Amino acid sequence: MGWLGPQEWQAVALSLKVSFWATLVGLPLGVFTAYALARWRFPGKQVVNGLVHLPLILPPVVTGYLLLVTFGTTGPVGAFLQKLGIVLAFNWTGAALAAGVMAFPLMVRAIRLSIEAVDPKLEDAAAVLGASRGWVFATVTLPLILPGVLAGAILAFAKAMGEFGATITFVSNIPGQTQTLPSAVYAFLQVPGGEGSAMRLVVVSVVIAMGALLLSEMVARRAASRVAGA
Amino acid sequence: MTLSVAMRHGLGRLTLDVAFEAPPGVTVLFGRSGSGKTSVVNAVAGLLRPERGRVAVDGWELFDTDARRWLPPHRRRLGYIFQEGRLFPHMTVKQNLGYGRWFAGRGGPGESMDRVVEMLGVGHLLSRHPRDLSGGEKQRVAIGRALLARPRLLLADEPLAALDEARKAEILPYFERLRDEVSVPVLYVTHSAAEVARLATTVVVLEEGRVMRQGPAGEVLADPDVMPTGVRAAGALLLARIARHHADGLTELDAGGVPLFLPHVAGAPGREVRLRIAAHDVILSRGRPEGLSALNVLPGRVVALRPGEGPGALVSLDTAAGTVLARVTRRSAKAMGLAPGVECFAVVKTVATAPADVGGF
Repeated sequence: MGWLGPQEWQAVALSLKVSFWATLVGLPLGVFTAYALARWRFPGKQVVNGLVHLPLILPPVVTGYLLLVTFGTTGPVGAFLQKLGIVLAFNWTGAALAAGVMAFPLMVRAIRLSIEAVDPKLEDAAAVLGASRGWVFATVTLPLILPGVLAGAILAFAKAMGEFGATITFVSNIPGQTQTLPSAVYAFLQVPGGEGSAMRLVVVSVVIAMGALLLSEMVARRAASRVAGA
Repeated sequence: MTLSVAMRHGLGRLTLDVAFEAPPGVTVLFGRSGSGKTSVVNAVAGLLRPERGRVAVDGWELFDTDARRWLPPHRRRLGYIFQEGRLFPHMTVKQNLGYGRWFAGRGGPGESMDRVVEMLGVGHLLSRHPRDLSGGEKQRVAIGRALLARPRLLLADEPLAALDEARKAEILPYFERLRDEVSVPVLYVTHSAAEVARLATTVVVLEEGRVMRQGPAGEVLADPDVMPTGVRAAGALLLARIARHHADGLTELDAGGVPLFLPHVAGAPGREVRLRIAAHDVILSRGRPEGLSALNVLPGRVVALRPGEGPGALVSLDTAAGTVLARVTRRSAKAMGLAPGVECFAVVKTVATAPADVGGF
């Protein structure tokens, strides 16, 4: 890439990789959580709802610190994972975890809205026609919420691309390792003469964010026309 | 096939407490809205779990709360036609039709896709999506989808209530074909007396969550005590045979030897039809009326006289064509000296009979 320098390109590539995995791994969990929050009644539902939304409200640096305390090599979960040979702290996988956690509330909100738009009466009709719960979900609910799931995934991807506070707190800012696009912008702004690099990354950032937003709007509009007219 | 239903369930201020047996044919749950009809059907379908009860189809238990048995909806082998169709919006008509059949498995008994498509006249719609269908077309597809699930029992919850009169007239014949050509028994919910008259083999009348009356359609409808939707909806059900079509557009029916003239009724001479005569369309006369514009005069004998709420009274008249109900004012009943055993004539205006009140038998 002639336009981007090697360190800049590295940051963009790492951010794409981190966001891709954060979205992909978070998606099934997001669909499950959204379904549970939209359709089930269970004790502690409000607590789960609060936990899911916490990263949206907490200062990102606090989320990052909590991740470090929990998933750091001396943290309860981190120490256990280290025995299995998985290290998250100061690693790109940790950046993906931080991005995934921060993007999760946005993803769940989008999917939950689309699930709430599906008439449970359609699911009842499918059940009476012989579909078990799993089949009802696979043949009626999922196809109807697919646009919402896609919109949620795109939003989550865009959010993960821009995640900064939690990432830098949890996995620091190591070029080639954990230096994502926003971290790189921050780093370039700290060194004299780095404004040019920072500006190029800002342009990339804006293009990706705008593209994701437009795409998710488009998908959501298609969702509305698809479910109409039952 | 016999459907046996017994259940108790609290629904807010109403306590549903019903028990009835449905013999083969179309059993209509009849009653005004809020009488608990839909809850009964939903319990049979497994969409509502009653506090206590037992439902069985030919001895095959769908649930029995005493034995802690509960079959989930998808294992009950039912077809359910909902008021709003509930077609799957992301599937084509063909996919909708095939949905239940796919779970029921290919092969085996039951109606074939081709026959159902032909019977409901939906062949030209197969590749369309539900959003491109009219209300009547949607409901026809919904009937086909339920039928193709190879059900042991068909449920229908006010399947015509969301349609206008013209669409109702379009769909009713399909239910008649269902009753006459398909061996699957039907539990049908409605608050329309006209639908009861045209479709019912057996009627179960619900009032305030309780079974008020159950029995064969002709018997229940001719019972003046059964007025769940008010005296205005009362009417008798007559069975007649098409005698001939006249050049002036009238059809002559033969009802137990009495000629009845109606606006054109479709069908070849000899075809049996069911005819509902609303009680408020009948005029009574002590002497044989002459010089009247009404063409239909049925001689008969008063069997019962029941005062209703307000100034009206309901007279049941035994005629050669069957029991006829007439709604008159109490004042004229008194002036005419109407009492059980009195001979009189029932006069029915030819044009009073709405097309929705005449159907195939």
